[in-house]
Amino acid sequence: MTVDASRGAEAPPELVQLLTPEGERVEHPDYDIDLTPEEVRELYRDLVLVRRIDMEAVALQRQGELGIWASLLGQEAAQIGSARALADTDMAFPTYREHGVAWCRGVDPLYLLGLFRGVSNGGWDPADHNFHLYTIVIGAQTLHAVGYAMGVQRDGADAATIVYFGDGATSQGDVNESFIWASVFNAPVVFFCQNNQWAISEPLEKQSRIPLYRRASGFGFPGIRVDGNDVFACLAVTRQALRNAREGQGPTLIEAFTYRMGAHTTSDDPTRYRVAGELEAWKLKDPIERVKAYLFRNQHADQDFFDAIDAEAARLGREVRKRCLELPDPRPLDIFDHVYAEPNALLAEEKEQFAAYLASFEGGES
Amino acid sequence: MSTPVTLTMAKALNEGLRKAMEDDPKVLIMGEDVGKLGGVFRVTDGLQKDFGESRVIDTPLAESGIIGTAIGLALRGYRPVCEIQFDGFVFPAADQIITQLAKMPLRSLGKVKLPVVVRIPCGGGIGAVEHHSESPEAYFTHTGGLRVMACSNPVDAYHMIQQAIRSEDPVIFFEPKRRYWDKAEVDKDAVPLPLDRGRIARPGTDVTVLAYGPMVKTCLEAANAVEGERSIEVVDLRSLSPLDTELIYESVRRTGRCVVAHEAPVYSGLGAEIAARVTEACFYHLEAPVLRVGGFSTPYPPSRLEDHYLPDLDRVLDAVDRTFAF
Repeated sequence: MTVDASRGAEAPPELVQLLTPEGERVEHPDYDIDLTPEEVRELYRDLVLVRRIDMEAVALQRQGELGIWASLLGQEAAQIGSARALADTDMAFPTYREHGVAWCRGVDPLYLLGLFRGVSNGGWDPADHNFHLYTIVIGAQTLHAVGYAMGVQRDGADAATIVYFGDGATSQGDVNESFIWASVFNAPVVFFCQNNQWAISEPLEKQSRIPLYRRASGFGFPGIRVDGNDVFACLAVTRQALRNAREGQGPTLIEAFTYRMGAHTTSDDPTRYRVAGELEAWKLKDPIERVKAYLFRNQHADQDFFDAIDAEAARLGREVRKRCLELPDPRPLDIFDHVYAEPNALLAEEKEQFAAYLASFEGGES
Repeated sequence: MSTPVTLTMAKALNEGLRKAMEDDPKVLIMGEDVGKLGGVFRVTDGLQKDFGESRVIDTPLAESGIIGTAIGLALRGYRPVCEIQFDGFVFPAADQIITQLAKMPLRSLGKVKLPVVVRIPCGGGIGAVEHHSESPEAYFTHTGGLRVMACSNPVDAYHMIQQAIRSEDPVIFFEPKRRYWDKAEVDKDAVPLPLDRGRIARPGTDVTVLAYGPMVKTCLEAANAVEGERSIEVVDLRSLSPLDTELIYESVRRTGRCVVAHEAPVYSGLGAEIAARVTEACFYHLEAPVLRVGGFSTPYPPSRLEDHYLPDLDRVLDAVDRTFAF
């Protein structure tokens, strides 16, 4: 097989785009968005801060402070655009890479760092910010989202559910089952697929012969491909899909066409399977640069604004680092807690035995 | 006070489900053919008619989807009771059960509760084709985060299914399909044992026989067959995870002998765990090693051979005899 170094360099057909890589606002017949300069500046701030948190996390992993990290580099617009389309009452189901969505929902980044540091497996309450726990098994959360949406239906609530997954996940049985469930129950759910072109080392061709958004038609609901590096388009398309879901029009599949600019995780080495030219082509379509260019071009922001955001990002990075290093390790006996909601005789016995074992050491801890 | 009524185990489960649905509007039933048909074993018969399609949900034919969407419904505050049509069809849902249902509460440090019940008709003895006669309980007792229960008779079935639904923990609930049509008098007002307790099904003094699900009846028949020669105590475990170890140990310390019986393969089966624990906890009371009776380490055989595969009264008594040979 040959690798096409120009992959993705040209915009694929049927791509919803409202902001070009050069920062030029373009029209689309079906989607429009009317953002105030202040709203655009807020989106820019989200994009920059989230990239900064991500960068800090990669550095922390390199310094041995995190076991692993799954970087969102390159996918900021897809995440910020879609997440800023959500109403507070909408529910989001993430994979393990949705740091930008977590940010928009108000989840403390420390929870995410704690997960990858090995302090907990998540630990936040999904109900606090309507942001579900990170799910690591690929695609499993799509069914949870549809079930949740079925609950919303039964409650008669005015809310929608969004679920995130990647291009690789579209091969999973659970994702296909979730499409079927959502379709036959007309569930108020938006399937938000970030097609970042790579499932670790496997390119999209290993997952699909057709563009992913076209899969939806076989399941009986609309599919749309959006420029995943265009935060305006992601916001507009997701907003419409969520509105349709809330109004009882059922599910939508959104394929956000984007690119994983970093490695799959910090344990991965993409130089083994993809050529440098591909990354260079995508750098020209960076999701942040185009918003900056737009703000400049339209004189919606001056250099002071960009400097202030950079300074805020630097402060955030330092703060995230400091708080990460201060995270206390859980205690050994915490292993047994929260496995069950009700008292459990087996775990009580094991906990007691392990406590006695630990206490048998001089100065033994518990 | 209602007077006791005679019910089959299937009907007892049906009435237990009905009671749970009446008591709590958040209880849902979901599965393949559970609606209009009432389930292939009729356990959910009439429930959709009375509670509607939004509470008794005929699902697409995909087991992972059933459990995965049940998890989502539970996250939204519902209490889904899922039916897996036959034991051998639980495996497509194994990922959702093991990686999600069992682990999500810990993932949230206790902030998420998943009160989901997975009902699984289990075991052999009905002359069925492949995948319809299996006993997969050990896969689930090996998974922290799940409660595993097995009913053996109509009385327990009526109460235990309601306890499972009320539990804040996910429960894998095994129903021995060849006992669905066994009848007993059920007192619906009786105060049931706690859901994690076993029960002495028949007191005895010479040997403890531990069983659950379909094998309880077999072991009771074995005990009756040797009445006057040997006094066999039969314990119905009811809860497979956690085990009611105090009840087990108390019985074995009294009798000094122990046999564990299940339909599942002996190798790495629940009996192995029980034998190890009994040996450790009751070592100085044991007159003989703990013996196990169960299926072979083969796939479940074609049904014309199942009478040889399934432990019957004679295989149980053979093991009992062997414990007296030491």
